[in-house]
Amino acid sequence: MAQAKDPAARKLPGSLDGNRRLDRWLCINKDGTVTVTPGKVEIGQGILTALVQMVAEELDISVNRIRLAPASTAFSPDEGITSGSRSIQDSGLALRHAAAETRDLLLALAAKKLGVTLENLTVADGVISARSGGTATYWELATPELLAREATFDVVEKLPAEHVVVGTSLPRVDILGKITGKVAYVQDMVLPGMLHGRITRPPGPRARLKSIATKEVEQMPGVVAVVRDGSFLGVVAQREEQAIRAERRLARLAQWDAGEPLPDSDPRRLQTLAAETEVISEKGDPATAGVRQFHAEYTKPYLAHASLAPSCALAHQEGGKLKIWSHSQGIYPLRGDMAKVLGMAETDIIITHAEGAGCYGHNAADDVTLDAALLARAVPGKPVRLQWMREDEFAWEPFSSPMVMRMNAALDAKGNIVNWGHELWSHAHSTRPGGSGGVNLLAAWHLEKPLPAAKPGNPPLPGGGSHRNAIPLYDFPNQKVTNHLIRQSPLRTSAMRALGAHANAFAIECFMDELAEAAGADPVEFRLRHLKDVRAKAVIEKAAQMASWKPNEKGDGERGRGIAFARYKNLAAYFAVIAEVQVAEEVRVTRMWAAVDVGQAINPDGVINQIEGGIIQSASWTLKERVDFDRQGVTTRNWTDYPILTFVEAPEVEVALINRPEAPPVGAGEGTQGPVSAAIANAIHNALGVRLRDMPFTRDRIVAALSA
Amino acid sequence: MTTTLQVNGQTRVVQADAETPLLYALRNDLGLIGARYGCGLGQCGSCTVIIDGKPVQSCDLPVSAAVGKQITTVEALAVIENEDEKLHPLQRAFITEQAAQCGYCASGILMAAKALLDVNKDPSDGEIRAALEGNLCRCGTHGRILRAIKRAAQEMRGLGVG
Ligand code: FES
Ligand code: FES
Repeated sequence: MAQAKDPAARKLPGSLDGNRRLDRWLCINKDGTVTVTPGKVEIGQGILTALVQMVAEELDISVNRIRLAPASTAFSPDEGITSGSRSIQDSGLALRHAAAETRDLLLALAAKKLGVTLENLTVADGVISARSGGTATYWELATPELLAREATFDVVEKLPAEHVVVGTSLPRVDILGKITGKVAYVQDMVLPGMLHGRITRPPGPRARLKSIATKEVEQMPGVVAVVRDGSFLGVVAQREEQAIRAERRLARLAQWDAGEPLPDSDPRRLQTLAAETEVISEKGDPATAGVRQFHAEYTKPYLAHASLAPSCALAHQEGGKLKIWSHSQGIYPLRGDMAKVLGMAETDIIITHAEGAGCYGHNAADDVTLDAALLARAVPGKPVRLQWMREDEFAWEPFSSPMVMRMNAALDAKGNIVNWGHELWSHAHSTRPGGSGGVNLLAAWHLEKPLPAAKPGNPPLPGGGSHRNAIPLYDFPNQKVTNHLIRQSPLRTSAMRALGAHANAFAIECFMDELAEAAGADPVEFRLRHLKDVRAKAVIEKAAQMASWKPNEKGDGERGRGIAFARYKNLAAYFAVIAEVQVAEEVRVTRMWAAVDVGQAINPDGVINQIEGGIIQSASWTLKERVDFDRQGVTTRNWTDYPILTFVEAPEVEVALINRPEAPPVGAGEGTQGPVSAAIANAIHNALGVRLRDMPFTRDRIVAALSA
Repeated sequence: MTTTLQVNGQTRVVQADAETPLLYALRNDLGLIGARYGCGLGQCGSCTVIIDGKPVQSCDLPVSAAVGKQITTVEALAVIENEDEKLHPLQRAFITEQAAQCGYCASGILMAAKALLDVNKDPSDGEIRAALEGNLCRCGTHGRILRAIKRAAQEMRGLGVG
């Protein structure tokens, strides 16, 4: 290829750009296997299976030859955080390219060995054959030095039309262990001589430990150490149930200063707080009045990730080194923050990823890791396993921020939108470890010498945080979008599936329905007429066709249907969904029809699985979920306080995938969240004629809306 | 102090004392980690095992209450035949339907489903859903799990599965 030869001058695909050596990604083994070392991690989304496919494809080997090494700071490329549905773009494209270059290097060696030109070689499952006869295998050709070099970008990857592994629904590589009771999660790990830890947390985020008499607990059966540092209080015991009993006793003995009372939990309180205000989109004349004007305001509450498994980590301190096993989404940023707290060199801390349950964003995975390290430091030489209790997870994980969206619009005489306004209020959506100027780990703030938190913030646009998906994809002649960021939140907030895109797309798509009704238009046709993007139109049309949507269809007082659409981050997956609801005592979502376009689908069934999951989880957020707190702390501390959608309530879901092998692959995990909430709200309106604008749509809210 | 239990057809001795929840004895004394901790409160079903034919949440059952009873865990679903692991129809159906995302809920759900299929060979959709009332799945894998259980029931009735 006739491109510049200076590799540093060109941008390489995905995370390869920041980790250019091929041997950081791949190793060809003598035993006929290939070890792959991605920096991204499995969080239940099935990413590892997709990465295996991409590597097998470019290397022309069977998927069974691939061994995945868990990400570790000991050797993996630093890929930052596994989030934002970016793993295919970051890790997948890097591995795809690294594998293509590796194949090229191996072919060159084979050509030399067999004394033929490259054109005369073919590869099948790692065996290189010359047309004139003679073979060489990857496994005999590869030497340790072969991949000890930087990628060049002078190699062409396969064309989508040539793909035989990518684009097929390879079964997940991780399912067997999970259904046969094998060690599958960090929670299941056992190290020789392992002890068990538990933490006693303050009653609320502002409370501080006044006093604790630890003697009695120290004498309890099995207790090895009680650890106190400021308001950080924990216990290590021989057996897990002994640690739990000791922790309960500690909780009863501890005396706390309550601290300043927490404010009210109503999301609208956001609008009364000092904010940093930024106009993020302005087009035409935002004062355009049209012939009719409309306003509406929507809210969402604090939400919890509520992973099914409370967070867990193992830590082992020995001879000045600290070994950690964690389900963190970002082992390098976590290591950086841990080093600051523990006063250690980063290189003395080795964090290896081990899978946890599905996390859906920044949950307590990082926090529990520091907790485990603080306990392990008190018992040097002994590994400590710490799993948070359910109540800890619900009370202390970082939550998704409450949000308020104030919408305005104007219609012209033909019923077209001629002006659009969207103002939003939110706390920050990113307080992960690795922030600048502080440490984002819970225990660090409770220590005798606390380390301050980094300034809460948002990822920047175009992806954005609280403002993710706030700029409409619809083509309006005049518009203005304003973001009010209130950084400090009474409860810690951070990244949860879709970030602000959930609430913004919810508000946009509900408001579109309200405007369609005012214009006397069908909600499907109304959306299509305001869109130019053909892929956007295609998913909407597909969903309508799947559901046999009838223009201007009416609900019957109990049953109704509604549609919604979004393109995630305005640059990733396209998603349209129709929800059917049945309202009696409560809202039941009975069926959902959805169409999705993620560009090239690496593993179609994997995409559909994630979309189905996102749909059901968002239905759960929309109908049932809300983190609540009183003046002291979080009051929703178990599954009864914080109910989620059950097997009895789960809707039937049908998903169609519009596969576009020629388009770049994008992630599938998050684009569902906003449209599903809006489709449900629109279906309720279609069924009952009432408009619900405040999530969750509980029975009380339905009753209140009906009697208003 | 030790307690003697009947687990997966074997007599096993655990160090856990009488009040210890069965879950910890299974996981930490016997290494049967298929039963998972999700809440410790009897609310999520991650820890479900079968005791004398009934699905039971092992996180809030003291070891003493399980003495003398037949305890079956997910590890006993598959059988070893000629050194090969032969999966239970439920497990095979979970693979066929790819009925997992993170999979943390799976082993508890498999045990609740087994307890159902052991007494009801041809459950309706509503009966399957009701049998899973005590099991939560946070990843939203519900549809696939329900399909997998139906598929396994069909196979166990000796009908071809399509
Ligand atoms: S862990 Fe037993 S029901 Fe949740
Ligand atoms: S698959 Fe993750 S909880 Fe069910």
